[in-house]
Amino acid sequence: MRLLIAIAFRHLLARKRQSIVSLMGIVLGVAFFLAISSIMQGSEDDFIRRLVDNSPHITVSDEFRNPRIQPAEKKFGASGVVSIHGVKPLTETRGIRNFQEALSYLKGQPDIKASPVMVGEGIVTFAGQERGVTINGMIPAEIDRVSTIRNYMVEGSLDRLISNPDGILIGVTLAKNLALSLNDTISIATQGGQVRTFKIVGIFKTGRGNYDRGQIFMNLKRAQSMLGRINRINGILIKLDDPNKALTRAAEIEKTILYKSESWQESSEDLMNTLAIRNRIMYTVVSAVLLVAAFGIYNVISTVVMEKHKDIAILKSMGFPGWDIRVIFLIQGLLLGLAGNLAGIPLGVAFMKGLAKIHFRPPGSTETISMPISWDAGQFIIAAAFAMCAALLASYLPARKASKVEPVDILRGGV
Amino acid sequence: MILLKAENLTRVLDTEEIPVTLVRGANVEIKAGEFVAITGPSGSGKSSLLYLLGLLDKPTSGKLFYEGEDISSYSPSRLARLRLEHMGFVFQFHFLLPEFSALENVMIPMRKLGALSNAEIEKEALARLADLGLADHAHKLPGQLSGGQRQRVAIARALANSPKLILADEPTGNLDTVSSRTVQDILQNLVQTKGCSVIVVTHDPEFARRCDRTITIVDGAIQA
Repeated sequence: MRLLIAIAFRHLLARKRQSIVSLMGIVLGVAFFLAISSIMQGSEDDFIRRLVDNSPHITVSDEFRNPRIQPAEKKFGASGVVSIHGVKPLTETRGIRNFQEALSYLKGQPDIKASPVMVGEGIVTFAGQERGVTINGMIPAEIDRVSTIRNYMVEGSLDRLISNPDGILIGVTLAKNLALSLNDTISIATQGGQVRTFKIVGIFKTGRGNYDRGQIFMNLKRAQSMLGRINRINGILIKLDDPNKALTRAAEIEKTILYKSESWQESSEDLMNTLAIRNRIMYTVVSAVLLVAAFGIYNVISTVVMEKHKDIAILKSMGFPGWDIRVIFLIQGLLLGLAGNLAGIPLGVAFMKGLAKIHFRPPGSTETISMPISWDAGQFIIAAAFAMCAALLASYLPARKASKVEPVDILRGGV
Repeated sequence: MILLKAENLTRVLDTEEIPVTLVRGANVEIKAGEFVAITGPSGSGKSSLLYLLGLLDKPTSGKLFYEGEDISSYSPSRLARLRLEHMGFVFQFHFLLPEFSALENVMIPMRKLGALSNAEIEKEALARLADLGLADHAHKLPGQLSGGQRQRVAIARALANSPKLILADEPTGNLDTVSSRTVQDILQNLVQTKGCSVIVVTHDPEFARRCDRTITIVDGAIQA
């Protein structure tokens, strides 16, 4: 085997220039593959991280996925005698029943952080303008467990909401629109006719327009009384230690507490689908780069085979079986693939480092961001494996041809 | 003792137009230690017969026996092994691997056989080259050697695994008179000192006269 490798090696060295050119194809192919896949993967990771960080991993709401089965239906439904339509709930006050029990169950799970929330609509009136806002009533001490809003505070702090039961957090856009600043008071009305004045203890800026314009945070108790639903909640926000388990955990939670539990994957299914399609497009494009590189390898190895017909004939006459000849040329492909990886991966890493240094401001954004680059080991493995496969495949055809050379045909022909 | 025996060996080449009979019902016996010349006019099938006897080509019909064993049905890789262990080839053109030095060229069949350690192989190969007066040229590439020297390297390579049978296809056809004489001497010497059998295709009558026996072939058929 070492002899075959030595012969393969000499063949490539004898055609240095061609070998290097075909090698460059693989090197650049691997490097571009890495650069592109790291950006795509990085931006996808970044996107998902934002999605996952800034929203609860699982949201339990006061709805049921399917209408509740009525007792009459339970008893006679199977026989087809009873069919019930348009069931109207007995009580108009919605919310999660027995939420204390549900919460204590959730808090008993080691991988779950949960906090109750009361969400409703409110109206802020200012200088003749009316603005609808979404009231998020939360237990201030628990906000950190399920939300990253603390990271986005630009004025005041989340802690002041904990100490001041009449405090409120508003977004920077709302504050600007209403000419409000920290420590000002703001009046909020609700549909039930309640009006209450709060003190602005914090202003946040998430960079998402709708959020900064329309969301306010206040004490859970205040929200319950403002929305006329004392001691009720209509949602439980859940963060998991491992966001990727949200899908299965949501199903388990829904099974236990019966209310609709939506994982972040489910609530952003369309986005996830888009990402999956984008990934496929990306891999198709970068694979094409390597495919082109494979043609370079095919070219150099078939040229070597053509030129080495005499050598092949003499090796065969000496007693090298066809298989050995095939291996010699496959090794050349492997050597090119290996060398391509050895040079291509560092070059790809250099590309990735260069890309990571680029900072820019997307149009309409207020902050500069850097290119999100993924350093996931998986893409290195894919790039290396793909390059090796392409090199091997490209050398297979010429190698097979070489193994079929009949020494007599060459020897008869003479030179 | 009969080393190689061919019975009714026929080789028909299937070309696109009409089949060409290269060798027609050849019966050949080569004894151990025999120096045999195959002669005949150009295109008479001398080389074709040699390739059949050297297992490089498959006969269309007929049987081949090596040391009494019928090898007609051997697989290509088994025939390759037999060539590696028992046969050596010299052609009109040296067919040395151009990227390898003279020494390395001689070492290749030995390394393929793998019977000796690398150090022993190098020693043996140097000895083979020295026997043919090439000790000083061992590390030169084929391109740096003269035609006669290349042919001697090719002979050294053919002798690498101490074969019992040497098959030479016009080994002197491309050489000047002096080099040609040297090659003839070497081959004859092999028969006399090492007991090798040598089959040589030549159209040099003087060379043929030095052999123990001459097989003449005309139009693919051996002449009585």
